[in-house]
Amino acid sequence: MPPPTPAHDDVVHSEPFLRSLMRRQLALSISCASTFMVALLGLPLANYFAPELMATRVGGFTLSWLVVGVLFFPFVWIISYVFIRRSIALENDEVAQVQNGKERR
Amino acid sequence: MAAFPLFAATFGGVDLWIFTFSFITVAVTIGMGFWSARKSKTASDFFVAGRSVSVGWNASAISGEYLSAASFMGVAGMVMSSGYDALWYPVCYACGYLFLLLFIAGPLRRFGAYTIPDFAEGRFDSPLFRKIAVIFVLFIGFFYTMPQMKGAGVTLAYIFPGIPYWAGVVLVGAVITFNVALGGMKGITLVQAFQYWAKMFAISVPIFVVMAVFGFYNQHVGANQAPGEPPVAIGASASGVDGSSAAKVQRQPLTEKAPPDAAWIAPFGPLTTKAVNAAAAVLPPEQRAAYLEEHQRPYSLLYTYSLIIALVCGTAGLPHILVRFYTNPDGVAAKRTTMWVMILIGIFYVFPPVFGVIGRNLMPELYAGVGAKGTDKIVLELPTLLSVKSTLLGSVLSGITCAGAFAAFMSTFSGLLVSMTGALAHDVYGRMLRPNSKPQERLVAFKFAAVLVGGIAIGLGCFVEPLEINFMVGQAFAIAAASYFPLLFMSVWWRGMTMKGAAIGMLTGGLCALVAAALTNFSTLALDKGPMGKVFAGFAPLNSFWAQHPLLRILCEQPAIWTVPLAITLMIVVSKATARNVPADVRMKMLVLHAPEKLGLKQEYIQEHQAGAGH
Repeated sequence: MPPPTPAHDDVVHSEPFLRSLMRRQLALSISCASTFMVALLGLPLANYFAPELMATRVGGFTLSWLVVGVLFFPFVWIISYVFIRRSIALENDEVAQVQNGKERR
Repeated sequence: MAAFPLFAATFGGVDLWIFTFSFITVAVTIGMGFWSARKSKTASDFFVAGRSVSVGWNASAISGEYLSAASFMGVAGMVMSSGYDALWYPVCYACGYLFLLLFIAGPLRRFGAYTIPDFAEGRFDSPLFRKIAVIFVLFIGFFYTMPQMKGAGVTLAYIFPGIPYWAGVVLVGAVITFNVALGGMKGITLVQAFQYWAKMFAISVPIFVVMAVFGFYNQHVGANQAPGEPPVAIGASASGVDGSSAAKVQRQPLTEKAPPDAAWIAPFGPLTTKAVNAAAAVLPPEQRAAYLEEHQRPYSLLYTYSLIIALVCGTAGLPHILVRFYTNPDGVAAKRTTMWVMILIGIFYVFPPVFGVIGRNLMPELYAGVGAKGTDKIVLELPTLLSVKSTLLGSVLSGITCAGAFAAFMSTFSGLLVSMTGALAHDVYGRMLRPNSKPQERLVAFKFAAVLVGGIAIGLGCFVEPLEINFMVGQAFAIAAASYFPLLFMSVWWRGMTMKGAAIGMLTGGLCALVAAALTNFSTLALDKGPMGKVFAGFAPLNSFWAQHPLLRILCEQPAIWTVPLAITLMIVVSKATARNVPADVRMKMLVLHAPEKLGLKQEYIQEHQAGAGH
């Protein structure tokens, strides 16, 4: 009968694997989050320091209204599309890494 | 027909089209709930059944659960009353979902924790922490039910002009509560998906007809004069400010209580400058201008940032949202679903502000109304303007938006009631009070808990008529942002977290936000001219305190900017101090949270845990 707990000395359970796993995932999340944080937190600053520019009329809207009320949504879609594609690729790469490690042993 | 005069007295002034559409929505929702509840009996059925659902249905269901009365009615009402600043709400409701996707959804899905209490227990191996988390679910839940109840009261008072606000709250609250207690609403995918499309149809079709007749979104925004622009003739035909737009928008003159164009259309308007304006009003007249010049814009910027933090971080902590990430067959499908959810809710959130903008230009009389007769009902009322073209068209379209409002507060209130009742019956009764109770006793406890939670929610709902729907939802988000968001974020990404650190940070942050939000609401209610003003009269002195200290008022009204960092700091400090209590198998937990599902670590983890428990 096999032991209930598998051996813990393979690639998956190694400390370097976990570290690289978490670092790569966090790096991806933070790079996507910072793109959107720069835009989201930058908008109030633009309103604060460049009120005339943000009040420019674009087809009836003020620039600021157009960006926050309409254009921000497609922007968020682009970020989530990029994140989802990259994170699926990242997961596949991690799985491949583990399988390669098993084959080498 | 002897009964007819009685019928006419009760339903006098009721538009039959509006009534019919609303009634059909309620009946279909309840009917579908019971139909699908019969098909799937247990909670695990719900998850398993959900796993066979396609990406499109599942994305609709998540969106249906997410869009509450605040999204459907509150955003429009607040854009109408406060202008530009209120646009942060729809944007951040959508962005909050992105934040959830980036940092929390994937790991929690891999960990297999369906709710925050499940996660709290699993991550720290602590049943005690589970209990703390459960009690907090109830706090946030009640805060979030209040605006839904206000939505119900406003809608009923609109459909039946004769009945008072509280009667609408009691009626709708009682119907939904008994529906949940009888097992008719279990958060079934089909019902929630139907609710999304009902809401989407109800918000988009009427507004396109309104825009086709009265002028488009951009023309209506353009009719408002920004600071430094030449005046637009009010009441006369006003073209776009650049003068090139050929189409004209016919505006009604603004009423007394409406904010002026320049404050309404520009950032840092009435919503974010209220505290400073109140402080200036008690100063001697000659100091006012200098005071406003110095404080208005900086404080307003602070308010805006605090609001953004609350909304973006708070989405992660709403008790009924996370659970939906598990109703997908695998991780890739879950991610595709999330993409579609972002698109579905993003498209939806473009529309409510349009109601607010057109409402400002065409129905300014709503500014004078308070409570249920105020701007929060603009979504319901605006389509009736079409009666000038055809009485039938106005009634039918107004009926459609009323039906959408019913879909909005019914879906969210039911979802909240189910998760709160589950917490109360399963955790508080089944685990804390009577651990040895039989299944039948637990079923009775579930029904009793549903009635209890529903009753408290109705009671609270009756108090909040003077508060704006959207504002209250923002506060619920602020409390979630200061408690659950730090808990989830830190536990997923930092392995040094201990149970004590997590609990102390979550409780301190959450309770600070809760007290701050409650104080703000009490002082606002004390200003009400109706019965609520008398109930909360004891808090009236607080308003003179706010007038002396506008900065404190802003930090209480929008507490996220200090409570979120406070919670995270406490978590780090206390966890460092209690570092020897870090769970022993934290590396395995982290591996389960982060390693791709294809590696099958979850099964291994469960086996190990069971083997460990057997020793």
